[in-house]
Amino acid sequence: MSTMTLDAAERTESARSELTGKKVAVSQAEVRKTVGQPFSDTAKLRMRDVNVFYGESQAIHNVSLDIGRNEVVAMIGPSGCGKSTFLRCLNRMNDTIEGCRVEGELSLDGEPIYGAKVDVVPLRARVGMVFQKPNPFPKTIYENVVYGPKIHGIASRRADLDEIVENSLRRAGLWNEVKDRLDKPGTGLSGGQQQRLCIARAIAVSPEVILMDEPCSALDPIATARIEELIDELRENYTIAIVTHSMQQAARVSQRTAYFHLGHLVEVNDTETVFTNPEHELTEAYITGRFG
Amino acid sequence: MQTPTLFALLLLLILVAYGTGFSRALSAARSRGGLRNLASLPSYHGLFAALWCGLPALLLLGAWLIFDDAIIRFMVMHSIADKPDTIAGQNLLYAQIQNLSAGHLIGEASPQLQSAAEHLNQLRSNANTLQAFLILVLAVGLGAFALLRFSPELRAREKVEKVLRVILITCACAAIFTTVGILFSVLFESLRFFQSVPVSEFLFGLHWSPQMALRADQVGSSGAFGAVPLFTGTLMVSAIAMLVAVPVGLMAAIYLAEYASKRVRNVAKPIIEILAGVPTVVYGFFAALTVAPFIRELATSVGLQASSESALAAGLVMGIMIIPFVSSLSDDVINAVPQSLRDGALGLGSTQSETVRKVVIPAALPGIVGGVLLAVSRAIGETMIVVMAAGLAANLTANPLESVTTVTVQIVTLLVGDQEFDSPKTLAAFALGLMLFISTLVLNFIALHVVKKYREQYD
Repeated sequence: MSTMTLDAAERTESARSELTGKKVAVSQAEVRKTVGQPFSDTAKLRMRDVNVFYGESQAIHNVSLDIGRNEVVAMIGPSGCGKSTFLRCLNRMNDTIEGCRVEGELSLDGEPIYGAKVDVVPLRARVGMVFQKPNPFPKTIYENVVYGPKIHGIASRRADLDEIVENSLRRAGLWNEVKDRLDKPGTGLSGGQQQRLCIARAIAVSPEVILMDEPCSALDPIATARIEELIDELRENYTIAIVTHSMQQAARVSQRTAYFHLGHLVEVNDTETVFTNPEHELTEAYITGRFG
Repeated sequence: MQTPTLFALLLLLILVAYGTGFSRALSAARSRGGLRNLASLPSYHGLFAALWCGLPALLLLGAWLIFDDAIIRFMVMHSIADKPDTIAGQNLLYAQIQNLSAGHLIGEASPQLQSAAEHLNQLRSNANTLQAFLILVLAVGLGAFALLRFSPELRAREKVEKVLRVILITCACAAIFTTVGILFSVLFESLRFFQSVPVSEFLFGLHWSPQMALRADQVGSSGAFGAVPLFTGTLMVSAIAMLVAVPVGLMAAIYLAEYASKRVRNVAKPIIEILAGVPTVVYGFFAALTVAPFIRELATSVGLQASSESALAAGLVMGIMIIPFVSSLSDDVINAVPQSLRDGALGLGSTQSETVRKVVIPAALPGIVGGVLLAVSRAIGETMIVVMAAGLAANLTANPLESVTTVTVQIVTLLVGDQEFDSPKTLAAFALGLMLFISTLVLNFIALHVVKKYREQYD
């Protein structure tokens, strides 16, 4: 079934190129057409023909991809290839950027993500995000974790909140380190602890999907290893999309890997396939370190 | 030689010194194969020579101009045998000699005066020649000295920068010493005031009527210096102003920083800041002629008594004046909150207003509190609006529709017109000034403390 949809996507793409009569575009589309397995039978997030523009310039070209339930999908590629932009489409964080426009069909469990009738607030509660730089709020550790549950009205009684804090921090692997200083500022933690606090904060609103935008790029190797372990544990309950610059990290944590190049999705395959036997020459060039 | 000519000549010498130093360094560099072989760049060698040539000479010229007259006068008066005993008499005598030497005195002058005037003229022309000679010799000599010291290894840059640092330190010290000087002059005059009026009466007295009898038999002029009505008036006007300025300014800042598109922001921000550029005297007559009558009519129409000058009118207009102060300070602080915090809050599904209320404002709070306290000190010290719109009557009242008076208004009225500088009435102005100074100082201290405390909690 998935191959069929892929063919369809290709056909629409080439048809569109023919329609505009741009020969160059056709050949480019052939170079950059997605190879591999972009689609999944158990899709949690489904993206079709996504185009993203910053003002006049186009950052994402016709990307189609599924992210399956309880799956970790890694997005890799050289800087400026559009992987972060694409990730930020999934919970509409691009809305905050002036002049940014997203086209295409994006859906979460079959419900559209974009559209006039869609409220971003519950969407972002379902699709949580962890950012490149740890960004705990200038509040106590406790308040950082209960921030989401409070604004969404998930809990308001002290006992319930306490439980949420303990659960989230335990799942983020931070509980033992901070249980005695929950009333201390979150900004006083180390970088790795701050990032785990941000993960705990995201988990606390019980999202279904967690987006991670280079979550370890500001961390040392030990903190990175701790977070990678955590991602593996989180996979049981959540669907995860992670953007990373480290190919080793992608290989360690993900089940499928998507390779982006200059705004095009070049290849999507099982992580093992991508790193041992890439289908596309660009992917091969990147993972063997010829550029990037 | 006239001083301006001398000054121009000195500038020319400085230029020559700079040029010579520069070109010597340049030719030395050329003969050694490039600027890299000089310890300092040619411009520093030029500056080095120019500073040696110009700085001591300019300092001497300045000192000369300041002390010239005093020394000449001392020498002239010293030569006169029978001087008057009083200072006023000596002043008169010296003025006569000066007029005589300038040829202004009409009528017969005593031979003693004649000779003194001649002496004065003599001294003046001597001084002039001496001045030109000394300064030019100093400039040329030190300039030549600096140029003789030239060698490619001379570390001219370090020396020039040392001199520049001293100049900068001097400027900073000038500002500090001025502040200290003002503080002490206010303090000592206040102490004189407190010798005639007890501190307790000034601080806790409820009655303000700063009239002192000029003659012993004058009636109806018993002074009362209880400053409480002034303090309450100041507090009430400032409080009304802050009630207007803080919410409006803060919300305007939040709108501009968080909600407005770039285009709106680029237009709206300068317009708001125009408010800050309106002279306070314009605000003053706007308050007195437009707002105050409007408030009185409004109050009368709902059956309230309102005076034509009221704390409310002055406070409202002062609040409007302070809005840009609060908004632009808060706007800067809110903009300084990192975007990553907003992203974090939005990524958790906060609405924009939740993001602002629960994340951005708490993070920006220390800065906002600091800005508000600065605005309060401005409100307390503001003068023109209250002079024109708040009134002069020292009423002890809590009714904002009545006219009140403030500390600044009373300082103005105490010092306007002919005054005796040793009467308590005039000295009271210094005591009031001291109170203003202290309260602003305390406010600034609290502001710093608050900012520091929140910093520790957040960073």
